[in-house]
Amino acid sequence: MAKDEQEQAEPVEEKPAKPSRKETKEVTRRQFNWLALAWTFFAASTAAGLTAMGRFMFPNVLTEPPSTFKVGFPSDFAVGVVDTRFKEKFRVWVVRNETEMYSLLAICTHLGCTPNWLEAENKFKCPCHGSGFYMSGINFEGPAPRPLERVAISLAEDGQVLIDIGRTFKQEAGQWSDPASFLPMA
Amino acid sequence: MNAFSSAWNALTESQVWKSIFRHGAVNSNRNRVLVMMSNVFLHLHPVKSRKAGIKLRYTWCMGGITFFLFLVLTFTGLLLMFYYRPTVEYAYADIIDLGEHVPLGVMRELHRWGAHAMVITVWLHMFRVFMTGSYKPPREFNWGVGVILLVLTLLLSFTGYLLPWDQLAIWAITVGSNMARATPLAGTEGPLSAALKIGDINIINSGSDARFVLLGARSVGENTLLRFYVLHCVGLPLAAAFLMAVHFWRVRKDGGISGPM
Ligand code: FES
Repeated sequence: MAKDEQEQAEPVEEKPAKPSRKETKEVTRRQFNWLALAWTFFAASTAAGLTAMGRFMFPNVLTEPPSTFKVGFPSDFAVGVVDTRFKEKFRVWVVRNETEMYSLLAICTHLGCTPNWLEAENKFKCPCHGSGFYMSGINFEGPAPRPLERVAISLAEDGQVLIDIGRTFKQEAGQWSDPASFLPMA
Repeated sequence: MNAFSSAWNALTESQVWKSIFRHGAVNSNRNRVLVMMSNVFLHLHPVKSRKAGIKLRYTWCMGGITFFLFLVLTFTGLLLMFYYRPTVEYAYADIIDLGEHVPLGVMRELHRWGAHAMVITVWLHMFRVFMTGSYKPPREFNWGVGVILLVLTLLLSFTGYLLPWDQLAIWAITVGSNMARATPLAGTEGPLSAALKIGDINIINSGSDARFVLLGARSVGENTLLRFYVLHCVGLPLAAAFLMAVHFWRVRKDGGISGPM
């Protein structure tokens, strides 16, 4: 528009009167672009700064045990016994029965405490609110709403049993039929 | 007597005195207002309060008691910090030592019982404000500030609970922080978080979710202790103090303490 084109040009001589207040307040195109640029830059650097700060809260190195580890050969495990040797460090039990081997995560499905294996009573029992689980991991008493979770189990190349607590399998979701959730025993 | 009053005059006429007390005796309403307005702490407080509004029967003094407890907790907490070390190795022993090997071992108990009391008084204060309808406009903003202060109080309690580093503490925080798993988008088990995927890999997993930031690890450990310590001693108290200033100032701006119906 004519007005827009005029604004950067020299004042027109036939208009010596002061521009009205409205005209001087009008944002010119050049001003607007600078402002938009400034705000964009400000917003972008704020976002970048906050993201970096958020990332700061996630450490790169954890002093946690590795999520995959070997527990020995299948023949090291007696049939019908819950092996509690790995609970302290890795928070899992390893169980072998006639047909399969599996590993259960020692995290109560109620609120996350660590249950104990009670040899005499043949069950897992949670000290926090008394949930009980069979050797299979199925819950049968107390507030726990679902069975203990299994973790991935497989055979390593050297024939040892390899456990990966990074992958879990839920019975109620039908995941215990996943071949990674158990080791068939002949 | 004359010597005394001339000394007194010399003192009150001195530049030091005048730079601190800018408005003579509080003997007129004008001076009263000026004193309040020119003091950064006093100006948070209303110049005048309705007589009926400050009746104990009406306010129960619960807000005041809460603030007093906050000051007690800040002070005793500061003293505890001289002895307590937030590491897995020392935390538990230091707490025991605070009770047995430190003079005035009651300091830790003051801090603990004061904290319990503050949670109770905050609730009672809220209850009073609710029952007297003091949350209604124009005070609805301050009610909102108060709700955040309630949450901060509870978070202060929660973070402080871990510091003794005994079984109760560790499991309480384990159980309590499990809630963070259910955060929408930011928790592994929360709604919508499973949708955030790159190919087959979940972006939100146990090593990247809200609980992980809180604990600094996948389970309660040394990082957690340090994080909770920093939040408990610095982060949350600062936030609470800041909001309290706003809270008190808004009481004044919204017309002082509300009056009985
Ligand atoms: S956490 Fe195991 S029963 Fe509650």
